Amino acid sequence: MNTASLNPYILSLVTFIPLAGSLLLLVIPRRDRDIKLFALAISLLAFVASLHLPVHLNRNLTGFQFEIDRQWIATPNIHYHMGIDGISVWLVVLTTFLTPLCVLISWTSIHERVKEFFILLLILETALIGVFTSLDLFLFYFFWEATLIPMALLIGMYGHGRRVYAAVKFFLFTMIASVFMLVAIIWLYSRTGSFDFVVIQNAIRSGSVANFGAAGQWLFLGFFVAFAVKVPLFPLHTWLPDAHVEAPTAGSVLLAGVLLKMGTYGMLRFNLGLFPEQSRYNASWVMALALIGIIYGALVSLVQPNMKKLIAYSSVSHLGFVVLGIFSFTPAGLDGAVFVMLAHGVATGGLFMLAGILYERRHTYEIADFGGLATPMPKYAAFFLFIVLASVGLPLLNGFIGEFLVLAGAFQARPIYGILGATGVIWSACYLLWMYQRVFFGVVKHDVNKTLPDLNLREKFALLPAAAMALLMGVAPILWLNSIDPSVQSALAPFAQLAAKMVGQ
Amino acid sequence: MTMTVLTHSLPALLAQAQAFTPPSGSEYMRILPELVLSVFGMIVMVVDPLLDEERSQKPLGVIGLIGALAALASTYFMALNPGSAFWNMVRVDGFSIFFHVLVIAIAAVVILSSYEYMAVQRIRAGEYYGLILFGTVGMCLMSSAIELVLIFIALEISSISTYVLAGFRRREASSSESSLKYFLLGSFATAFFLYGVAMMFGATGSTNIDAITRALASATVPPLAYVAVALMFVGLGFKVASAPFHVWTPDVYEGAPAPIVGLMSTGPKAAAFAVLLRVMFEINAPGRFWLIWVSAALSMTLGNVGALVQDNIKRLLAYSSIAHAGYMLVAFAAHPELGTSAVMFYTAAYAAMNVGAFAVVSHFANAGEKYLTLEDYAGLGRRSPMLAATLTFFLMSLIGIPITGGFFGKFYIFSAALKSNLVGLTIIGLINSAVGAYYYLRVIVMMYMREPRGEVPVTATPPATGLAIAVCVLATLYLGVVPGRVLDYATQSASQLVRGTTISDSLINHSNNPSQ
Repeated sequence: MNTASLNPYILSLVTFIPLAGSLLLLVIPRRDRDIKLFALAISLLAFVASLHLPVHLNRNLTGFQFEIDRQWIATPNIHYHMGIDGISVWLVVLTTFLTPLCVLISWTSIHERVKEFFILLLILETALIGVFTSLDLFLFYFFWEATLIPMALLIGMYGHGRRVYAAVKFFLFTMIASVFMLVAIIWLYSRTGSFDFVVIQNAIRSGSVANFGAAGQWLFLGFFVAFAVKVPLFPLHTWLPDAHVEAPTAGSVLLAGVLLKMGTYGMLRFNLGLFPEQSRYNASWVMALALIGIIYGALVSLVQPNMKKLIAYSSVSHLGFVVLGIFSFTPAGLDGAVFVMLAHGVATGGLFMLAGILYERRHTYEIADFGGLATPMPKYAAFFLFIVLASVGLPLLNGFIGEFLVLAGAFQARPIYGILGATGVIWSACYLLWMYQRVFFGVVKHDVNKTLPDLNLREKFALLPAAAMALLMGVAPILWLNSIDPSVQSALAPFAQLAAKMVGQ
Repeated sequence: MTMTVLTHSLPALLAQAQAFTPPSGSEYMRILPELVLSVFGMIVMVVDPLLDEERSQKPLGVIGLIGALAALASTYFMALNPGSAFWNMVRVDGFSIFFHVLVIAIAAVVILSSYEYMAVQRIRAGEYYGLILFGTVGMCLMSSAIELVLIFIALEISSISTYVLAGFRRREASSSESSLKYFLLGSFATAFFLYGVAMMFGATGSTNIDAITRALASATVPPLAYVAVALMFVGLGFKVASAPFHVWTPDVYEGAPAPIVGLMSTGPKAAAFAVLLRVMFEINAPGRFWLIWVSAALSMTLGNVGALVQDNIKRLLAYSSIAHAGYMLVAFAAHPELGTSAVMFYTAAYAAMNVGAFAVVSHFANAGEKYLTLEDYAGLGRRSPMLAATLTFFLMSLIGIPITGGFFGKFYIFSAALKSNLVGLTIIGLINSAVGAYYYLRVIVMMYMREPRGEVPVTATPPATGLAIAVCVLATLYLGVVPGRVLDYATQSASQLVRGTTISDSLINHSNNPSQ
């Protein structure tokens, strides 16, 4: 069978396989082992199906591929329009890649309401994939909001001590912010008669949208606020540490690995795609906030006594790089931003899995409760070191490529931002390696830690793909960049015109 | 109505006598659902004394349900006979068919969800089911009447039934309080409405909506008409529980039986919105804009802020119903066609989710409605996963999360408002719906994230209640995933209502599309 014949349907298939699986889970009897195996099978199936996308992606085309466009509702004119380009394809694969790992890592740490847990996890996966594949603004908003409930429930039902507070805070922050995006979407619809991303983009570029000049800035802000809360951009980041610390491991992995990227993806696709002029106009303060996020996140990480909170704040710092890259409007900056999104997903996902493994054994995240763990858990320590080095940005591992490109792009755009941003790399080495030293080196300070069991087979299976991916992305980034770059170039085309216009004046 | 062509030579007296010819068969078809409901209401009342009181509840409920379903089926024959009837007092058009189907479906689901409640609460069933059916007659008539006096009578039929139903938990003082409060304030409000009707008659010389429309369109608007619109708005504003006429809502909802609250908060409300749509949009009421703007903004804000601090689920849902009335009022400030279809869709979506929510609440409240505080919902997700999941689904719909009817309802309302350049009201509304998310979320948090309290019993869900909840879930899901058909229907009927054209054939083909 020629697998290319699947092209028009593959996106729907990838998006809805997890949802179908969660519906089947509803009727499977409550035997925890069966449920876990089934969830694992479904998430692997979705991963295999999603591999179709990069295999069949035509890297020479710049537009959207694997498109499907059917009318969903006649009035208002809502379409079921899906499609991906060289950027979103990798975010879809990242989601399907991390979900089986989440299933594996939750195998024993979730022991009650197991069925509900995996149902929520699979629903969340569908919503996340939907966000990256939707090309209809309405459909996009639909999936965007649909991620909220399962994530909030995962935090609130399976989290730790202050889970309810964290879940409600997470929900309200993102819900209120996305209301502004909804207003902007409805405004665009009322002026263009369409929710279709491509149609609206063409209408704005051809200048046929009435009143766009006056409203453009507000529309930009409407979208931007929704995305900035999700990223999270300083000073809207306060929900993140709470959510991460309280969330169960799988929740943290998906939250850091994929959910945060919804925000940066949204900025790239919608803020830059629909409002290039306004993006240029606002770039200076956005980049400044990103820079503050990089340095502030790193400094706060440095002093965290709690391992998970440290990783959470490091996300604030890393995502600052992504925003910095996006708003540099240079090919290197954008390539780097997309690459950091993927690298951060793999590396930070790995770090959260590692922290979760430790929590399962000791029920604490406090760095002070550990020390000298390299002696009882050598394999664990090796994996941890590997992922830490990837996250720090050691050359030949995935963190390095992205951050280097971002900084190069930022330097091209505004040298001072590049220089300041580069200090963030140093800070991240400080806080992660210092944390590593305190947890793993030296003598075993607490007797309970002497007998901690090392990684078991299941845990190795969960960590190995993440580690392998970190290495592969580090040595062969071209596999990713050769599809990212054409899409980035086409996203930047209007900016080149804008710049030319400015020079001409 | 059968029009006989009169020659000019005939005396005026004869012409008048001619006009009083008895209605034709097809005119009776135009009020068929009302007739069916009345007949079944009477059957319930007649059969009641013949049965042993202890064993009368089930059979009477079944008769009531059959009545409602028969009425639902009869809307099809009503829809085959569009036009006006009874000396131009009743009009069957897409608009009235929509509300007939909606209101009768609400009554059917409420009857279903009452079975268990009646058994547990040991309420005498005869009057109960009879009053639901009679009240539904009033609600149906409200949507098809185009004569203000008939509208008033229909309003009273539906109101008086609900006043009595609110007091059905006879052993509870709070229920009597609820009934009395509702009755006194309600009578006061309908008096305002009647006063408005009188003023309108003074201003235009007619109480017929068509005649009023013509009178207001042709000449300069007399000042009295403004007063009339304001007074009628007071009366109807009370019925839909919009601020500043909302003060009764929490107390009445708290005291009334839970299934009846499900009815009260959706059926009469939908019917009152139907009347409001006719009065505001078909007449093109003068001076309505700021009246509605202020009331909408107040309802949304007071409703949501009030709900934030409630610990009783019925009071919480009462405040939420005030807020939802506010969202619907937003559409009244919008462009008539857009606004009408958005309101019609919203009433259907709101009915599905709210009746469902109250069905769960009434099942869970148990004997004597003991378990109504949010604390009692702690750990429901663990003790009764299905019940908690369905309530979560209804609450998600009330918040306005995608794949639920509530989401599209809000979406249509606010997109109608934005298209009419009501940016201020839209932003107030959307901020409010974000605030609203918090208190619905509190219930979800309670159910899933708190430890269960041992002493709250969870009884198995009886089939009737299960069926009622399932119907509501499916309706909410239907409106949330494929809202197209209902919305198209609403849009077509809205444009007829606003333009005053007669019904087209294409509309009738969809007519028995149950929106519930």
